[in-house]
Amino acid sequence: MGTFAIEAHQLVKTFGAARALDGFDLTVETGQIAGFLGPNGSGKSTTIRVLLGMLRADSGTADVLGLDSWRDAVDLHRRLAYVAGDVSLWPNLTGGEIIDLLTRIHRGPRGSARRAQLLERFDLDPAKKARTYSKGNRQKVALVAALCSDVELYLFDEPTSGLDPLMEAVFTDEVRRLREQGRTVLLSSHILAEVEKLCDTVTIIRGGRAVESGTLAQLRHLTRSAVTATTTADPAVLRAAPGVHDLTRDNHYLRFDVDDSQISAVLGLLAQVGVQNLTISPPSLEELFLRHYGDDVGPAADLGKAERVR
Amino acid sequence: MSTVTAPPRAARHSASSARPGSTARPWTGTGALVRLFLRRDRVRIVGWVLAIGSTVAATVPALEATFPDAASRQARAAILANPSAVMMTGPGFGLENYTFGAMVANELSLALFVAVAIMSILLVVRNTRAEEESGRTEILRALPVGQFAPAAAALLHVALANLALALAVVAGLVGTGMETASSLAMGLATALTGLVFGAVAAVTTQVTARARSASGMAVAVLAVTFVVRGIGDVLDPLGSWLSWLSPIAWAQQTRLFVDLRWWPLVLSAALAVVLLLVAVSLAQRRDLGAGLRQERLGSSVAASALLSVPGLARRLLRGSFFGWAISLFVMGVAFGSLATSLQDMVEEVPEVGQWIGAGRGDLTTAFGAAMLAFLALGVGGFAVGAVLRLRTEEETGRVEAMLTTGASRLGWAGAWFGVVAVQAVLLLLLAGLGLGLGVGAAAGESGIIGRITVAALAYTPAVLVLAGFALALLGWLPRAASLAWAVVAWAVFVGWIGALLDLPGVLAGLSPVHHTPAVPAESASAAPLLVMSLIALVTVVAGLVGFRRRDVGA
Repeated sequence: MGTFAIEAHQLVKTFGAARALDGFDLTVETGQIAGFLGPNGSGKSTTIRVLLGMLRADSGTADVLGLDSWRDAVDLHRRLAYVAGDVSLWPNLTGGEIIDLLTRIHRGPRGSARRAQLLERFDLDPAKKARTYSKGNRQKVALVAALCSDVELYLFDEPTSGLDPLMEAVFTDEVRRLREQGRTVLLSSHILAEVEKLCDTVTIIRGGRAVESGTLAQLRHLTRSAVTATTTADPAVLRAAPGVHDLTRDNHYLRFDVDDSQISAVLGLLAQVGVQNLTISPPSLEELFLRHYGDDVGPAADLGKAERVR
Repeated sequence: MSTVTAPPRAARHSASSARPGSTARPWTGTGALVRLFLRRDRVRIVGWVLAIGSTVAATVPALEATFPDAASRQARAAILANPSAVMMTGPGFGLENYTFGAMVANELSLALFVAVAIMSILLVVRNTRAEEESGRTEILRALPVGQFAPAAAALLHVALANLALALAVVAGLVGTGMETASSLAMGLATALTGLVFGAVAAVTTQVTARARSASGMAVAVLAVTFVVRGIGDVLDPLGSWLSWLSPIAWAQQTRLFVDLRWWPLVLSAALAVVLLLVAVSLAQRRDLGAGLRQERLGSSVAASALLSVPGLARRLLRGSFFGWAISLFVMGVAFGSLATSLQDMVEEVPEVGQWIGAGRGDLTTAFGAAMLAFLALGVGGFAVGAVLRLRTEEETGRVEAMLTTGASRLGWAGAWFGVVAVQAVLLLLLAGLGLGLGVGAAAGESGIIGRITVAALAYTPAVLVLAGFALALLGWLPRAASLAWAVVAWAVFVGWIGALLDLPGVLAGLSPVHHTPAVPAESASAAPLLVMSLIALVTVVAGLVGFRRRDVGA
């Protein structure tokens, strides 16, 4: 166990009658990529804004890089970089000017090789006025500024929500590079697959509370794929197979979950049995919440469906 | 998110008005949108109507009290031949027999038409280009709403606002005993002038993709028509060919309360229709979210001067600062050049002297001092607007981008306020210089230029009190920060009409400008300036403390 880059205990934050954070805990070890997963409105952005010292928690403690996030906000900000979920830029400044402005305390990004490299990788024209950028391009400006900054901690609030798959891959690559350099990253998302792809640890937030937290291996049960198949054969052999869970059969319609490590073995069994139709899909956040926390999912339901691959 | 364009005209279903094959499809949803806009703007419109209506209703008796008899009105008429006076009033109908009605028409109408034009421009831009820029129009257009409906609704909406305003003007005039026919004509002229400039704004919102520049362009058109009308009337006091090029002149050429004629208003109505057609045809040539003018590329690297909080503040306030600098300087010169003719007038009508606070020192200086107070109000308006930009920065989340990249909260708000304070002092000096040049040229003495320029600095504490109050609101009641405008509006009211209405001292005293000694006519007594400086300091510190301890984005 190394030191902690982020240690938040029992955070409570209310807005009027609404309890945005309700005794929330979060710890992130130095040098790790931590995923922060939850449906919309679950308190992800509120948490990040408390960690940044923008909001003052009603109670609880939030230490970031060993500093009190509210009291020592300025010192803290010199050592971190942040990309907001909804990036707003000064409409009459160019992307390049904004990148330089946001990296002004890290001397040298202007004209630096790193800046040029990131602009090229993200395919961003820095001479355009910010008002002409699309949502994805605005996000890229903020990402380039953050990635240009040579800091210890990176906070990304749903960083890929406006990016196309190509740019998402560039971002994933850049985050991996940060890990190689020993930096700490906190990445919020409502997409399980994205967190799974990048993160060492995951914290799941729901209604302002941490409902699950651990390494991906510990949370392996969350990442089982869902299999549906149509077959006339007897599924008993499948039911007995290792890694197969929650098998149900409705007429010829077969449904079960399978551990990712067992997928090829199960595929072999399915081939033996003979199927007319087969779907394997990654678990969506919606299913995950339904299955593990047994409550309704609210606004995340539609999003979860949209992310599902069929 | 790319902005896609004009939906196919007939592809939409509507629960309300569209019938298959109906040609009304592009307008579908207009009624619902008008209701939406009215709901959004109800406080705004009521505010404008009450402010302008009550100003009309209050000015009539005030003028009546200042110029009770024919002799005093005739003396007033005598100075209106002065070119600068013609610029600020209107064509001199009935000057030879300056009745009270002629006086109201001449001295109230221009301010009224300009006010209604500004209201219309702001309302149209707010409901068209500003909505489009924010992306909200796209949400509306995705509903069963026709291609032209948002624009048509915005214009209907501004027409309704103008109608309400016209009714208030008519009520204000008739209620104070003015002749009915001319009162109605003045109301109609007000509404049509508003509509013309609303239509001008409808065109400028097509040309540029930014709400701010759309209103800027429309206001520039207003300024040009203002000047063209003025020069035209200077060439010929009853209106030359040049005057007739300006929509403002048409409203004034109705010869209100003198020899009423309605037909010039037909020109206003016709121009409004033509401009609307132009706007519609331009609208068909562009994409939603885009302008006709292409956005230019800028620098891909920031200049060193931008890379700090004061640098960013200077950059973001640049347009506003230069706009105010030019206007205040030009207004200073224009006001100043009125100085000599005023002297003749005050000799004949002592009440006017009282109005401008003359009595000590020579009249030219006293006049300069009075005009300086008006210009200082403009600087106060700049300062409050510039401080409230902090709220915009916060609401859009851009404050967080600055704060998380090394700026402290104190550094952010403090440096921003510092830039505003420095720019306000520069504007005071410029306004003073312009006024000094005008007065100096008119009176033929150059010594006064320096005196008035330096005297302008006496308004620094008053301006900082206004700005400091805005900062204090921002720190403690961020959602109510725009209340700071109410104090500015009150100070304008006290400065313009307060003396005429003989307001109680307590009410007048709410305006910080009221407490500033009338330099250079009076000696600059230090006590009120020190007290105001102290108040300014307290409000600034309070605002900074408040901003430091509250949630950002609250």
